[in-house]
Amino acid sequence: MDFGFILSQSLTQAIGVTAIIYCIAAIGLNIQFGYGGLLNFGQVAFVAVGAYAVGVTVVEVGSSLWLGVAFAVIIAIGLALLLGIPTLRLRADYLAIVTIAASEILRFLAKSADFLGGSQGVTGSIGTEFYDLNPLPEWDRFELGPLSFSRVDMWLVMTGWTFIAIMTLLTWLLMRSPWGRMVKGIREDEDAVRSLGKNTYLRKLQVLMLGGVFAAFAGVFSAVSKGSVQPDGFVPDFTFFLYVMLILGGTARVAGPLLGAAIFWFLLVFVEQVLKEGVANDVITFISVTQIGPIRFILVGIGLMLLMIFRPQGILGDRKELMLDAR
Amino acid sequence: MPAEAPLANAAVAALAELTPEPGVAKPDPILRVDSVVRQFGGLRAVDVSHLEVQRGAITALIGPNGAGKSTFFNVISGFDTSDDGSWTYNDEAITNRAPNKLARQGLVRTFQLTKSLSRLSVLDNMLLGAGGQTGESIFPSIFKFTWAKQESQNTKRAMELLGRFNLAQKSADFAGSLSGGQRKLLEMARALMLNPQLVMLDEPMAGVNPALKQSLLDHIRDIREEGTTVMFVEHDMDMVRDVSDWVVVMAQGAIISEGTPGSVMQDQRVIDAYLGAHHDSALTESGQGLTTEEDPA
Ligand SMILES: Nc1ncnc2c1ncn2[C@@H]1O[C@H](COP(=O)(O)OP(=O)(O)O)[C@@H](O)[C@H]1O
Ligand SMILES: [Mg+2]
Repeated sequence: MDFGFILSQSLTQAIGVTAIIYCIAAIGLNIQFGYGGLLNFGQVAFVAVGAYAVGVTVVEVGSSLWLGVAFAVIIAIGLALLLGIPTLRLRADYLAIVTIAASEILRFLAKSADFLGGSQGVTGSIGTEFYDLNPLPEWDRFELGPLSFSRVDMWLVMTGWTFIAIMTLLTWLLMRSPWGRMVKGIREDEDAVRSLGKNTYLRKLQVLMLGGVFAAFAGVFSAVSKGSVQPDGFVPDFTFFLYVMLILGGTARVAGPLLGAAIFWFLLVFVEQVLKEGVANDVITFISVTQIGPIRFILVGIGLMLLMIFRPQGILGDRKELMLDAR
Repeated sequence: MPAEAPLANAAVAALAELTPEPGVAKPDPILRVDSVVRQFGGLRAVDVSHLEVQRGAITALIGPNGAGKSTFFNVISGFDTSDDGSWTYNDEAITNRAPNKLARQGLVRTFQLTKSLSRLSVLDNMLLGAGGQTGESIFPSIFKFTWAKQESQNTKRAMELLGRFNLAQKSADFAGSLSGGQRKLLEMARALMLNPQLVMLDEPMAGVNPALKQSLLDHIRDIREEGTTVMFVEHDMDMVRDVSDWVVVMAQGAIISEGTPGSVMQDQRVIDAYLGAHHDSALTESGQGLTTEEDPA
């Protein structure tokens, strides 16, 4: 087995475009769920909104990508208000039900709406304006130690991680402030915060909007990098992967989503590649190539269960903190 | 604060002159409650026809478990909605006003089941109580220079209060790591961060050890000396007798008796109410009044 190749493939995925998409959306979810305690089970809806906003604006309308980004932000805020205004005054679980339902409703609407491309989605040169900004020299491959990217991927990875750095910094700035203190207080006990004279409803709306806008950026990044928007890319699994990444990295930790997304994709690709190589070289004989896809999820699932047993606070979490309410 | 002591004393002195009967008018009420009803299905948990709370005094609210004391607090402080009735605070109608608005107006309450914010530090718990913080708005919060000065002033005040409540050395710990009694102290100190005019404490001494209870009583007296009106729920009759200027007795949702501690504890209706609810406690051997122990359950 060529472990050098497997490692380089896995590392490339760990910092690659897919990991970036998930990471951006997970940063938003971290603000909502990790810090604010909001059970948003429909984060993928905000990702879809961002992707469709740029996809439709560029391909269907023929307008600018940047206008599409503005729409993505506005529609994400609108969706957050639509979902949040009726539910955030109620018990926490109402938001969970409404968000997961909304994400599925939006997906089916997108599949049946002609101007959104129906079940085919939207395909076209969504990212041209972005790729035109690429300042990199016209080389074939960009080699970074064990990693290797095409010119386009290199540009995506650079901007993606820069964007992640900015959003992480913003999260850190917000969470060290009195606003962040209030948001964390709402997670702990909303009534206590209200009894101290704070308008918790307004803050919860802000948190939902902020996390939703972050997710919309993930959608924009996805549409630009893939050059297409597919409705079936926005299934509920997307949101649950985000939760897995968050818990893996450590919830309510600024760097939790970064580490979580990177490790998640590293493991997924690593396990897949090891199985593939093993089957190809007849080292692993009891499974066939077609079974590798499901089996890697089973193995990663077992790994996550072990993590929950031995390190329930995630990689960056503080166990003492997690155990506080257990007594 | 000796300068303000006469004020409190005047309020207290005025109470002694009143007829001890349910709904009696007070010389200077901060809270006035009229025909407030809260029903849970067929159960009338609260049914208070009239109650006034004297400004500057310590009023105890007592009554058997399930009498409706907590529900009454919840309704008045905006955490529950009344089915009927109205109430005023500083002569302003505040019926069913949101709790956060009331807290900003100086009507602050604590909870029977302590609501300390476990995964926030003790200091952060305190700072959350400070009002008018620029840094609590989302955009200024990003820029520390807009709120740093206010934060350090609030921190100073919070540390002073924590010192008073013997929690200063715990300021950096998670609130969730405090003992039950310390959480009660923290919740009270946190309420004081709002500079309240009226604090409503729901069983502030439940689960607090006797030594700490004594210092809690002192804190409650201090709060009054600073001009804050205190209303509190308590089961321990010794404590009530010790600290309160006026006692209101609830049973089955209604106020059945009011008066100075001495007069209320002689009231036959009160003795009956306690007997009805607790066959194992309530009367002293002599039949002169209520015993001091109430099961904390
Ligand atoms: N949310 C609720 N739903 C139904 N019944 C309730 C609720 N809250 C309180 N009650 C009932 O109302 C009555 C008064 O309760 P409570 O105000 O907690 O009494 P106290 O604080 O005096 O012990 C009790 O019989 C209690 O069971
Ligand atoms: Mg109670």
